[in-house]
Amino acid sequence: MRYIPHTEEDVRHMLAAIGAGSVEELFCEIPSAARLKRPLQLPAARSESELLAELAELALRNATAETHRMFLGGGAYNHFIPAAVDHLISRSEFYTAYTPYQPEISQGTLQAIFEFQTLICQLTGMDVANASMYDGASACAEAVLMAARATKRARVLLARSLHPDYRATVATYCRYLDLELVEIDFDASGRTDPDRLQAELDERCAALVLGYPNFFGVIEDLGTAARLASGHGARLIAAVQEPLALGLLKPPAELGADIVVGEGQSFGLPLAFGGPYLGFFAARSQDLRNLPGRLVGETLDVNGRRGFVLTLATREQHIRREKATSNICSNQGLCALAATIYLALLGRRGLRETAEHNLAKAAYARKQIAALSGFTIPFSGEVFNEFVVEGPKKAADVLRRVQEQGILGGIPLVRWYPDMPQRFLVCVTEQNRRDDIDALCAALAGGAL
Amino acid sequence: MTQVGTSGLQLNEKLLFEHSDKGRKGYSLPALDVPAAQLPAELVRTDIRGFPELSELDVVRHFTRLSTWNYGVDSGFYPLGSCTMKYNPKVNEVACRLPGFAGLHPHAPEDLSQGALELMYQLQQDLAETSGLPAVTLQPGAGAHGELAGMLMIRAWHEARGSRRGKVLIPDTAHGTNPATAALCGYQVIPVSSEGVLRAAAVAELMDEDVAALMITNPNTLGLFESEITEICRIVHERGGLVYCDGANLNALMGISRPGDLGIDVMHFNLHKTFATPHGGGGPGAGPVGVTAELAPFLPVPVVVRDEEGIRLDFERPQSIGTLKGFYGHFGVLVRAFAYIRSLGPDGLRKATEMAVLNANYLRARLEETYHLPYKARSLHEVVFSDRKLAGGCRTLDLAKRLIDYGFHPPTIYFPLVVAGAIMIEPTESESLESIDEFCEAMLAIAREAETQPELLKEAPRRTRVGRLDETRAARRPRLRWDGGGQVGEGQE
Repeated sequence: MRYIPHTEEDVRHMLAAIGAGSVEELFCEIPSAARLKRPLQLPAARSESELLAELAELALRNATAETHRMFLGGGAYNHFIPAAVDHLISRSEFYTAYTPYQPEISQGTLQAIFEFQTLICQLTGMDVANASMYDGASACAEAVLMAARATKRARVLLARSLHPDYRATVATYCRYLDLELVEIDFDASGRTDPDRLQAELDERCAALVLGYPNFFGVIEDLGTAARLASGHGARLIAAVQEPLALGLLKPPAELGADIVVGEGQSFGLPLAFGGPYLGFFAARSQDLRNLPGRLVGETLDVNGRRGFVLTLATREQHIRREKATSNICSNQGLCALAATIYLALLGRRGLRETAEHNLAKAAYARKQIAALSGFTIPFSGEVFNEFVVEGPKKAADVLRRVQEQGILGGIPLVRWYPDMPQRFLVCVTEQNRRDDIDALCAALAGGAL
Repeated sequence: MTQVGTSGLQLNEKLLFEHSDKGRKGYSLPALDVPAAQLPAELVRTDIRGFPELSELDVVRHFTRLSTWNYGVDSGFYPLGSCTMKYNPKVNEVACRLPGFAGLHPHAPEDLSQGALELMYQLQQDLAETSGLPAVTLQPGAGAHGELAGMLMIRAWHEARGSRRGKVLIPDTAHGTNPATAALCGYQVIPVSSEGVLRAAAVAELMDEDVAALMITNPNTLGLFESEITEICRIVHERGGLVYCDGANLNALMGISRPGDLGIDVMHFNLHKTFATPHGGGGPGAGPVGVTAELAPFLPVPVVVRDEEGIRLDFERPQSIGTLKGFYGHFGVLVRAFAYIRSLGPDGLRKATEMAVLNANYLRARLEETYHLPYKARSLHEVVFSDRKLAGGCRTLDLAKRLIDYGFHPPTIYFPLVVAGAIMIEPTESESLESIDEFCEAMLAIAREAETQPELLKEAPRRTRVGRLDETRAARRPRLRWDGGGQVGEGQE
């Protein structure tokens, strides 16, 4: 048993010290009727080499950017991860540590989270950010709850162009909380329809939630939405599913957003079939005491030296329990660390350049696909690195044909938008070379590679 | 005794943002092979004020230095009660980084994700077998998230039967997230007092037609088995309620007892506590939930199912509570837990439990003459002392800080709330006799110090990079981000 150090002699010695005759005796408080009378029915133990062989076999049955030309986005993005990111988060002082309850021996985690909070504030333009949440969708749900708490109102407007997982997660969190959720449709640009927005916004609204960019990759008009929302005293929540866009786009705070949440996977986290990812959550100072989750703050030690601690915990489940702002306990510490390292490596210029590459590659792909016979770009709004394509027949059929040529060409939208059987979402990042894009276009057009 | 704590050279490091602003970057891009593109000027930001500009070595050195200010399981003994900090096997880290796992996109077609789906399906089966609860969701992102899933399912189950109950019973030994979760599901929390273990009579007295569920932790947060659990479940069921089990302490039961067999209806698993996935300084965790067959229709979507064509994600479940987060769960964490279960097998899981319980009882035997033990019942995998016998006016916090000087991470302190000055110690099965002896010797030495030199405790820790930190100041004058300079204390508010 390679993870258990006890020898038979150790066990004998310890039982003697306890005054017990056998290990079995230690379980005497468990009534016989409550005992399992047979061994667990699980596969027998594997050696390390057997285990790796089994896992390698499973891993080989999955498609990746190494096996296919990949154009999948929709809330998870194939960006390059510099080697230093995984190298540094693999230091066991980081990954084998617990939540930093003892700050004197957790300054590494605490300072890194303080830096993460700062980076998120800089990216979004907001005043405060928390130490991270499970992912973008759950952060979005927590933002809706916070807006309802802060405004004491019960009506929430969700853009229909918001990521479907975000909408679904908000609905689950609000299931028993007497909040009314209203979906707002989009117009021909792929942006939330301002007329419908105006018609639905009123003094009962706690929040309006928009994607930035939205699920179709389209850049929403946050400025107009902010004017409309604030005119009625509602919080504008910007939900960022592709945060690399913030390297180029105006920060949501500048456009009037009150709360910015999003998914941090693009910043140095692997695709990993959807998780673990990284939710970020930023707000204005007015909402500081309502913020869910952990916060790290700067302070001094007994000798006057700078140090960092978990702070404002009275909002959390530790003290007020059923009055807590949220039931979230852990945060995504290691994922937040990865994002912090990634952003530090890219820095001010690298982030901008990477965003510009994404924009250019997607623009090229969009133009090439639009030129293909039978394919159109249905939404006129500006996009960052992904866009919707309408094909000549069912999207699933088109994409299956493309897949046979080793290309994962996009995501069919019909599952979430039944009125869009022929549309699919194409994402192009800095990882896609021009010849990948040309191959996709050839395959879509029906040609060979 | 061997002195574990010692001091060495610790290097200072500024904040990322305090490094000079020189136009550096630690990143490279290939040449752009398509024409450049531009967005309309009104959409584009000017600059990112204050963003770092560093070379790769600057970044590597920065985070390497920060790492040396942290204490992890690989650094030493980490006896956090109820948090269960067991060793994180290295092969698991290799496993989750296999390109076929790390590089798999969640929107990849199901026929090209069969390896991942197979792993998830098998893990669901393994967790079901370990807990005795036949239906499992892997979606929740952490234990508390699993609690939310579980309590939502309980409420959905009641509502599907036309019942609108409004209360949830929660014993005083519960984790802080339990009441918060119940409140998030729209329930009123009714506290139940326990006497170390929860008595069936106490539950019977409070259990009525308006109680939707009882939330219980077993073994509880005192490390004691809830010996009346079967009777408690019967009482709750008889009056139309369900029983939720906080699975935080499943490490004490693997292969010994299954919550599902005892009458538990819903339970979450904290994969890092029971199945050795790393906690990463706060996360990611993963909080799968197991339920009875009766509750299976309410599981969050998607559910991983197997049919003739293979394994697929089932989204078409009309009674489902919905989805709890993006995609399907913390897959990378699930891979690690799967690898751990396969590494140990059924005998190894049971052995891990036995050795965890042996370690806790040995540690208790060595300390119970010196430290006050408020509950005498036989401990399972963790033991709770209090600071009542600590001399010199020293409190639990002082003991905890002094342990740091001796080279140990302190135990969980001031929890559970039912014990004043609680010190909750959980050695886990991965610690050797020698490391537990070293820890016990430090605990005994500190008790002696409290009698003769209490200032050593009150001024601790002295060997760390920073001394005791002013948490009150941090809360009164919050500074939650770097803002270009100034000293602590000049913050907003």
